[in-house]
Amino acid sequence: MSNPRLERRDFIKVSAAACGGLLLTFCLPELGLGENAADKRIFAPNAFLRIGDDDAVTVVLGKSEMGEGIYTSLTMLVAEELDADWRKIHVESAPVDAVYNSPTFGMQMTGGSTSVQSEWERLRKAGAVARVMLIAAAAQKWNVDPQTCRAEQGFVIHEPSERRVSFGTLATAASKLAPPKDVPLKDASQFKLIGRSTHRLDTPSKVNGTAQFGIDARVPGMLTAVIARPPVFGAKPSQIDGQKTRAILGVKDVVRVSAGVAVVATNFWAAKLGRDALRIDWDEGSNATISTAQLREEYAALARTPGAVTRKEGDIAKALQGAVKHITAEYEVPYLSHAMMEPLNCLVYLRADRCEIWTGTQFQTVDRDNAAKVAGLKPEQVQLHTMLLGGGFGRRASPISDFVVEAVEVAKAMRTPVKVVWTREDDIRGGWYRPMAYDHITAGLDARGNPVAWSHTVVSQSVLAGTMFEPHMKNGIDLSSVEGAMEMPYGIPNILVDLHTTKVGVPVTWWRSVGNSHTAFVVEAFIDELADAGGKDPVEFRRALLAKKPRHLAALELAASKGNWGAPLPKGYGRGIALHSSFDSYVAEVAEVSVNDHGTVRVHRVVAAVDCGQAVNPDGVVAQIQGGIIFGLSAALKSEITLDRGQVQQRNFHDYQVLRINEAPEIEVYIVPSKENPSGVGEPGVPPAAPAVANAVFAATRKRLRKLPIRLSDAVGE
Amino acid sequence: MIAFIVNKRTVEFDIAASTPLLWVLRDNLGLTGTKYGCGIAQCGACTVHINGEAVRSCVAPVSRAAGKEVTTIEGLSPDLSHPCQRAWIELDVPQCGYCQSGQIMSAAVLLRDKSKPTDDDIDQAMSGNICRCGTYPRIRRAIHRAAAIAGSGR
Repeated sequence: MSNPRLERRDFIKVSAAACGGLLLTFCLPELGLGENAADKRIFAPNAFLRIGDDDAVTVVLGKSEMGEGIYTSLTMLVAEELDADWRKIHVESAPVDAVYNSPTFGMQMTGGSTSVQSEWERLRKAGAVARVMLIAAAAQKWNVDPQTCRAEQGFVIHEPSERRVSFGTLATAASKLAPPKDVPLKDASQFKLIGRSTHRLDTPSKVNGTAQFGIDARVPGMLTAVIARPPVFGAKPSQIDGQKTRAILGVKDVVRVSAGVAVVATNFWAAKLGRDALRIDWDEGSNATISTAQLREEYAALARTPGAVTRKEGDIAKALQGAVKHITAEYEVPYLSHAMMEPLNCLVYLRADRCEIWTGTQFQTVDRDNAAKVAGLKPEQVQLHTMLLGGGFGRRASPISDFVVEAVEVAKAMRTPVKVVWTREDDIRGGWYRPMAYDHITAGLDARGNPVAWSHTVVSQSVLAGTMFEPHMKNGIDLSSVEGAMEMPYGIPNILVDLHTTKVGVPVTWWRSVGNSHTAFVVEAFIDELADAGGKDPVEFRRALLAKKPRHLAALELAASKGNWGAPLPKGYGRGIALHSSFDSYVAEVAEVSVNDHGTVRVHRVVAAVDCGQAVNPDGVVAQIQGGIIFGLSAALKSEITLDRGQVQQRNFHDYQVLRINEAPEIEVYIVPSKENPSGVGEPGVPPAAPAVANAVFAATRKRLRKLPIRLSDAVGE
Repeated sequence: MIAFIVNKRTVEFDIAASTPLLWVLRDNLGLTGTKYGCGIAQCGACTVHINGEAVRSCVAPVSRAAGKEVTTIEGLSPDLSHPCQRAWIELDVPQCGYCQSGQIMSAAVLLRDKSKPTDDDIDQAMSGNICRCGTYPRIRRAIHRAAAIAGSGR
């Protein structure tokens, strides 16, 4: 998803609310205006901020809250510049509208760890413009110079005359003023909110059952559908016997949709029983031969041949020839399911001239447009309500809107509101995985153990190929397949990174940290191998190769120092480090593990250092890095999707395992102080976790684990 | 007819006895705070109390609740005052929040049985509740904190 940054435009509108108090309404991004008259509909009220005459401040966000905390951190950006009273702040989920398009991606979406980064300027301006107008309104009211007034905690204050007036009281007057063309933003030294750990606004609703996720949405007369999905990707039903299904109390209908066969009932359980009772003969098609074992063989063979070059520096062949020592290794990672706790679901209420959708999505614009096509409506006739997301991790950013489109199809067939709910089995077996990958990597060391050549071949499916984002591939290369490998930070004079893009009938997509989730494992585990081959300490070895990478280096140093690098450990224990930059942030992690006589790896402690630029909500950053580490450890230690005869072999959490609390380490997170603009935090904690653990296992056992999930039986070594 | 009490309110259903309690709570009673996560008692998102015991409602037939008292997250306290809710808020435990109803219902039973649970107690009582966002370190701290809140009687 590395599209060019779209040109940003700024829009401001002040309007009166239809009822109740007059509201001050802004829609901005920046201050270019005028030239974009065609986009008049984005001047609709309620774009980013409303202030009611009851002093309530409503921040309207086009971003999805999936746990990453942006309903809080983005709101902090507005509140900071507005000088709002944090206790009076509310967040509202925005409709789909171009005004909420991501300045980074040019569509309304949440992903790529971009939210705070890309809203950093726009939302602060939204707050600042409002503050200037409120101050102007107060100055007018008091007949004083605005320069002598200031805003604080939801009030405008005129100190010379000791007068103060609340934002709400000023709302009507402010709404009649012309918005200022440009407003200065605060200097970091003036921040009162940004940089301070702030409680999440959504926590109370998430501890008393009132938080509304997509699966909780309901409308009168709604039916629930469960879909019988193909046992093999792309399989089509050749014969459907719904007789037993229709006999089940509550079942209303059995309908064919492109995703399979939907059983529609008055409630979930009847629909689920109905689905279980269906008898379907499937025409399995060409994917019925796919097996992980065979893919491994094909990938391994490919990895040993040259691929499409993505980075080339120096003369790799010559450098390898001149090297004193050669080290070659092969690494592999499996397909992975996102396995968000909330299974996919979507409620659709389709009428002749409009379509209303309730779902948890990361891809509002894409979903609206795809829904409109299937419904036979114009995009503006589709109204999408973004609910809270019970996890996203990339799965709810579907280029084909699979979980939305199928619900529109069912609603179209039924002519009633229908909510389609996926079972956990549907989710685990439903594809759109993190791609399986196989890497062949060779390095050459000189006589002093310094690396002089690095040649890395990646074999993986592309997450862009075959989707609406395929045009972002260049010369057949999907950069997200090699991200993290291509920008490998170490100062080695001769570098080659190449790629084989495979075509396999297993649908793949972005999975929290995307390509980095695999490349960091390879690069950071292999760097450790090189350190060992040259007889060097893993931290010292990295440090020497990072002379030109100060931010990498600072994260490495902080993690090593806080993680007690070099301090003695009990027998059977090991400490490993990994460093990776993704989404413009830099994260180093030190893992402490033990390996028992049965080969069971236990991670006891992980210490992370993160440089994410200015941390907007530091405790939120800590939470994201903690969560990213746990997510990465699930991949490192437990999770794996495999196929045999075209069928996914896992079904539910008993065989697609993820980390549980009894396996979760202590985690410490340290933030590198920074005045740089904010960068990503949702994903960058994930990539270093697996290599840090693999390196720690090596430190404990002298065995190299080059395959995820880690199993000691796969180990190579002394 | 199956009758039971949910959050201090008596309810009665003419429904197949084998229907999982989860779907009766969610679809028949609109108590959507209890979540569906796996349907096979592997993730704990659906945890509720039946006569004070933590039960995975996705596999508990509604008949199991007959004549008993069911408490869901909505009935844990009327005002966020349960020590777990207070500790969860204080430590900002939830991320996406989807699993947290189940986490809290499991933790509440643990704390009732053990006023000062050790980390091992927490591992045992909570390992049936999956969190994909990885809030485990905070859940652990929050349970210790909730124990302190409950112990101090505040």
